[in-house]
Amino acid sequence: MSSDVMAIKTAGASGKPWVETLHEWVTTVDHKRLGILYILFALIFLVIGGIEATIMRIQLMRPHNDFVSPQVFNRMFTMHGTTMIFFVAMPVLFGFANFLVPLMIGARDMAFPRLNAFSFWLTALGGFLLYFSFVGGSGLYGAGNAPDVGWWAYAPLTSRAFSPGHSTDYWTIALLISGFGSIGTSINIIATILCMRCPGMTLGRMPLLAWLNLVMSGMVLLAITPLSAAQLMLMVDRYLGGHFFDTQAGGSATLWMHFFWIFGHPEVYVLIIPCFAFVSEIVPVFSRKPIFGYPVMVGATVCIAFVSLSVWAHHMFTIGMNSYANAFFTITTMAVGVPTGIKIFNWLGTMWGGKLIFKTPMLFCIGFLFQFLIAGLTGIMLSAAPFNWQLSGSYFVVAHFHYVIVGGILFALFAAFYYWYPKITGRMLNESLGKLHFWLFLIGFHMTFDVMHIPGILGMPRRIYTYEPGRGWNTLNLIITIGTFIQGIATSVFAANLIFSYFKGPRAGNDPWDAWTLEWSVSSPPPEYNFASIPTVASRRPLWDRKHPEDPDSRYD
Amino acid sequence: MAKKYRGKWGTVIGRVIGVLVIVAGILLAASLCTAALRADNPVPSIFRPHSTPADSIVHLSRFVLAITALIFLVVATLLTYAVAKFRNKAGDAQREPAQVYGSTQIELAWTVIPILIVVVLFLATARVIHAIQDAPKPETAVEVTAIGHQFWWEFRYPALGVVTANELHIPVSDPDHPTPTFLKLLSADTDHSFWVPQLAGKSDLIPNRVNEMWMDPHSTGIFLGQCAQYCGTQHAKMLLRVSVDSPEAFQVWIDAQKQPVIQDEKETVGRRVFETTACVNCHAVGGTNATGRFGPDLTHLMSRRTIAAGAAENTKENLRLWIQNPDAIKPGSLMPAMQLTDADLDALVRYLETLQ
Repeated sequence: MSSDVMAIKTAGASGKPWVETLHEWVTTVDHKRLGILYILFALIFLVIGGIEATIMRIQLMRPHNDFVSPQVFNRMFTMHGTTMIFFVAMPVLFGFANFLVPLMIGARDMAFPRLNAFSFWLTALGGFLLYFSFVGGSGLYGAGNAPDVGWWAYAPLTSRAFSPGHSTDYWTIALLISGFGSIGTSINIIATILCMRCPGMTLGRMPLLAWLNLVMSGMVLLAITPLSAAQLMLMVDRYLGGHFFDTQAGGSATLWMHFFWIFGHPEVYVLIIPCFAFVSEIVPVFSRKPIFGYPVMVGATVCIAFVSLSVWAHHMFTIGMNSYANAFFTITTMAVGVPTGIKIFNWLGTMWGGKLIFKTPMLFCIGFLFQFLIAGLTGIMLSAAPFNWQLSGSYFVVAHFHYVIVGGILFALFAAFYYWYPKITGRMLNESLGKLHFWLFLIGFHMTFDVMHIPGILGMPRRIYTYEPGRGWNTLNLIITIGTFIQGIATSVFAANLIFSYFKGPRAGNDPWDAWTLEWSVSSPPPEYNFASIPTVASRRPLWDRKHPEDPDSRYD
Repeated sequence: MAKKYRGKWGTVIGRVIGVLVIVAGILLAASLCTAALRADNPVPSIFRPHSTPADSIVHLSRFVLAITALIFLVVATLLTYAVAKFRNKAGDAQREPAQVYGSTQIELAWTVIPILIVVVLFLATARVIHAIQDAPKPETAVEVTAIGHQFWWEFRYPALGVVTANELHIPVSDPDHPTPTFLKLLSADTDHSFWVPQLAGKSDLIPNRVNEMWMDPHSTGIFLGQCAQYCGTQHAKMLLRVSVDSPEAFQVWIDAQKQPVIQDEKETVGRRVFETTACVNCHAVGGTNATGRFGPDLTHLMSRRTIAAGAAENTKENLRLWIQNPDAIKPGSLMPAMQLTDADLDALVRYLETLQ
């Protein structure tokens, strides 16, 4: 599907045979094309992950439903989680970083173009292998296909005794390979930002998007490496007779938990920090003011990155750590709330006294602000270890992290799509469809994930394929399922908008939003070399300086 | 002109939808709360505690909820105000607003205030962590070893010599003469988690690890829970019932459980079926050659209200179905279909019904 869309794009422009165009895209090392490939790849997996979520919600619509078997349901939640984190969220964020970072810092490409292509294709191979498990997972054992161990794959469920066949191996190898891809792209982003900035762009003048992607990439290096190590250890257990996690031979189940969550928690920030970056670029433009407290925003991000490396065991409050460990991880987790709060206040400060323009990107950003606030506050509840003993492993947690990932990350991503689509394709997205998408998605989101907190409080654990009637969960689950369908419809509107506007949208011009960063100084879509001559900047908002020579930012820099 | 009106109506409709959504949400939440708070319903809500640990968690939760609600009100009000107040007015689009870059005093304020809130929240939390986790075990405590299996619970009372499954019996604890129950949590295979929301927070059962938890129920009754850590195919039907008995009823139950099985001479056919098929590989019946430990102890099977870890009522029909085709009740459970003839099956069920 992806190649079709892209083939049309260039075939129309150049009249080349489609095979040649396809070849160009497959062998490309251009950061913009790789960015688009990442984004299209993620969108395809978003549809697949969404279908998996819908299957689960139909099954849970009423108690004792038999839409799917427990085996299929367990595969669905494993694949949904793995897909959404590793093959939707990370690739789409890497895609935007790839496309935007060089343009925003005035560079002609990434530091290592071929490493860039190699990393993308590794990620693509990982995604392919994960889904190939549906075909190859059962091996010769007649065991189940597709992994069913949950996306965090706790030991000893992954040992050969409990997971015969190859489904767990596909999961392991898929994440190992795509992990190498993520590491490659992160090294590339770091090198690009540190070495490829245009003249005048000191670190203190970089757009926040570049800063935040720099921090994100650093965190990927620290977070993905322990995950890769754990995957290798798991493979040693399964194939070479190792006993790291094999509890029947004296291995440790908690060792896997530590390895997984020292990846897993920073991963949340790996995903949310680039979304902070989108919001930090979009809110100022649609408020007509510069970001409030730029140095504090950078400081708070770096602070979040550091503190988030010492909070992982708050995913493990129920495993029987002693009271000192529980208290330690309570305070570190609560402490993350401080820099995160600072960020919300700074976005509020940016809007304060501005002239807000409610185009679709801004609507999604405002949705993000409210929802991320709530997600943060339920996070504070979960950080209080005793409260967590009740809430962890329940639907409250599921609601909380979907509030972060959908209400926060996905809303910011939608904002980014509406904001940068004109730059990427040269055409504006349809504003009416955009507003319809926003309101439908907002209603569906709140129906699903606001309500989902309640069954958790009423004792409903996560990852159950069915539940008993008479526990007060029935109506709630039905409402949640209806909300899921509304979100599905809203996402279809978005997909229709992406396709429709690609052909029929009005031409965007260089700078449709009257924005201030360098990517808006070049044509839409940007030329292959980005900048005819490398720009020189004198402040954080080079285009503001150009548009307001009477009162440039550089005067205060 | 027409365009202007359309824009205006667009915002009006938007606001109306917004208000409707909020009102609907509040109504929904209110109706759910009243439904959940009715005293006689069996909903295992964490806000209806019946034991000290669950109780102190509710106190902490209310405190945390109050503070977070306050933060939400303040920040959401400011956000809403900013969105409503600073919207761009028509005809004013040409002029840019005052360009403000930041303010050290304000930044300092919204750094220091959250830090203070975090300190308060942490101290309140640390107190409850200590109170629950470091509570001393009194001499009078009842000790139970809970062992998680795929997909059922084994309960052993080492001091009392009782072994049972899936339905935990514990005595009610009088605050003046506390008899709390201390659970030692083990696992025979994968991770599990013991969660009865009204009695205590959850605690995991992890292979190669010994965890502990305690509860001191204040009132008698049946409290529902289930496994809360994904443990494999039938994680969903690893249900848990805790029967909190009066001290007298608990003693009666213990005495009955300690009785050896009374063999009913009329059911020798069923007994022979049981003892000569694979049943004995996994199940134990006290005083016979059936000593398996992979499945629940059946010595006093008929004293339990449910079978298959709470997946079905303990009735003759369900027992028969369960032996014949476990997948009909709990697909993916580790109990194999026994492939017995109808005559053997009936005899076996009759025999099981003698295991009072």
